[in-house]
Amino acid sequence: MEQAINFKKNRNERVKKKVSVFFKYFLLILGTLLMLYPILWLFGASFKSNTEIFKSIWFVPSSFDFTPYVEGWKTSSQYTFSTYFLNSFSIVIPKVLLTLISCTLAAYGFARFNFPMKKILFPMMIATLFLPGIVTRIPMYIFWKNAGLLDSYIPLIANSAFACDTFFVYMLIQFFRTIPTELDEAARIDGCNSFGIMTRVLVPIIKPALITVALFQFIWTFTDFQGPLIYISSVDKYPVAIALRMALDTTSADFSWNKNIAMSIIGLLPSILIYFAAQKHFIGGSTAGGIKG
Amino acid sequence: MKRNKYTGLFYLTPWLIGICFFVIYPFLMSFYYSFTNYSLLDEPAFIGFDNYIRMFTNDPTFWVSLKATIKFVIFTVPLKLIFALFIAYIMNFKLKGIGFFRTAYYIPSILGANVAIAVLWQFLFKSDGLINMALNMVGMDSIGWFSSPNGAMFTIVLLRIWQFGSAMVIFLNALSEIPQELYEASSIDGASKFRQFFSVTLPQLTPIIFFNLILQLVQAFQEFDGPFLVTGGGPMKSTYLLPMYIYESAFKNFDMGYSGALSWVLFVMIMIFTTILFKTSSKWVFYADGGK
Repeated sequence: MEQAINFKKNRNERVKKKVSVFFKYFLLILGTLLMLYPILWLFGASFKSNTEIFKSIWFVPSSFDFTPYVEGWKTSSQYTFSTYFLNSFSIVIPKVLLTLISCTLAAYGFARFNFPMKKILFPMMIATLFLPGIVTRIPMYIFWKNAGLLDSYIPLIANSAFACDTFFVYMLIQFFRTIPTELDEAARIDGCNSFGIMTRVLVPIIKPALITVALFQFIWTFTDFQGPLIYISSVDKYPVAIALRMALDTTSADFSWNKNIAMSIIGLLPSILIYFAAQKHFIGGSTAGGIKG
Repeated sequence: MKRNKYTGLFYLTPWLIGICFFVIYPFLMSFYYSFTNYSLLDEPAFIGFDNYIRMFTNDPTFWVSLKATIKFVIFTVPLKLIFALFIAYIMNFKLKGIGFFRTAYYIPSILGANVAIAVLWQFLFKSDGLINMALNMVGMDSIGWFSSPNGAMFTIVLLRIWQFGSAMVIFLNALSEIPQELYEASSIDGASKFRQFFSVTLPQLTPIIFFNLILQLVQAFQEFDGPFLVTGGGPMKSTYLLPMYIYESAFKNFDMGYSGALSWVLFVMIMIFTTILFKTSSKWVFYADGGK
């Protein structure tokens, strides 16, 4: 008798658990659809004709037509998207590399050493994390103008050589702190100097964090709009973000949504590809060290 | 290199140059420019408080734009944080395939401030766009999203809420670090899941909520891409946020002095908001180690 009651109780618990798991998946899937459907629809629309786009909320096109991609790539300017992509990468690649070097140095300095003025410099670093960048924008523009460097990529890249992306410095400090200092001591006994400790011991350990930094910097730079909008004025130097915006500006009578959408999809691809390429390290990295407030 | 008390500073050299040159110098200069009349053609001419007086007494655009900015911040920041926390809570469940869902919810945020996203957004809220098609399907009338002030504000607020991913990731890390014993102890005391959320999870998370709150606040006050690309600041300047006004004063009207003054007002406003938060934080932020 008692056994039977127990059995029934267990079965009820199991059913209850199943219902709750089912309910959770239902919510998650519904949410995923809401989050991603707009992007899916955009993707579908890039193959549709201009008249078909606004006829249905269903994303699958009646036929797959690649003309919007071919036509969109050519653009209405004298340059194709090949030029704009090359431009984007000549900003992104140096910026990512310089960020990795300068931010690692700064984070190592803060995380592993005591030095005079640290009590002033560390809070200053934290303060710049919250300092609105908008305040510094106009004087920097005037500076680069006087230096004769407007319409070049230098104003967009220079600050990365000097660890000015404070968010990354802060993040790397948090990662360094999770590594026990005994490792440093052991390496020191083996004859490593402080630079060797950083490059040979610590950098390999924080690789996931460095990948995360590279990933974020890549995506943020690639999608940055305001920077190039202010500094770059010649069309042949435009990065993808500005070229897309320029394509939108052509308010001719036969404004082709499908061409613009096709190019937008192409413009999204690098961010998505790099995210999936780095994702394993990114998720692992973000839980290993984490960002503590 | 020998280990001495300056070794750390050696590693900080790039950062020290950076902070002097790219932060402190332009920061002070923008303060100086805000007291000048400067069109980039001549030398800046010192005019005292004129820019500020003009702003507060003789510039209706400033007030319109200030109101829009505060409205944007007040809607975006809390909604985004609540949403991010809610999703992070669900993402912390131990379910099969949760990694897939984490990625799916994070994708809109990676795409971030992409111009392509602005295309998408215009396209969703167009009079014959996806949102109105969906409304019509359930028997509702189309809404002129970009023609009404509230509708336009709604679209740029929703854009940023849709991109709650970075706040979510930070919450998710924090959630996974809450000691499991706290939940076990409270469930022995008979606390429901609902009760546990409010008496265990939330207090443990307060430092992270605080961190996210400040970060999102500073970000929201500086929102530029959304209104610039999606609504163009309209209709009737209802989404003409201060950063857009600052941009146009500087790079359309070449009124660098006035633009500098506007950016300083924005800065002071952010400072006031964050100071209030810091001051009240001791009342609601709970540090496991008693606060260091």
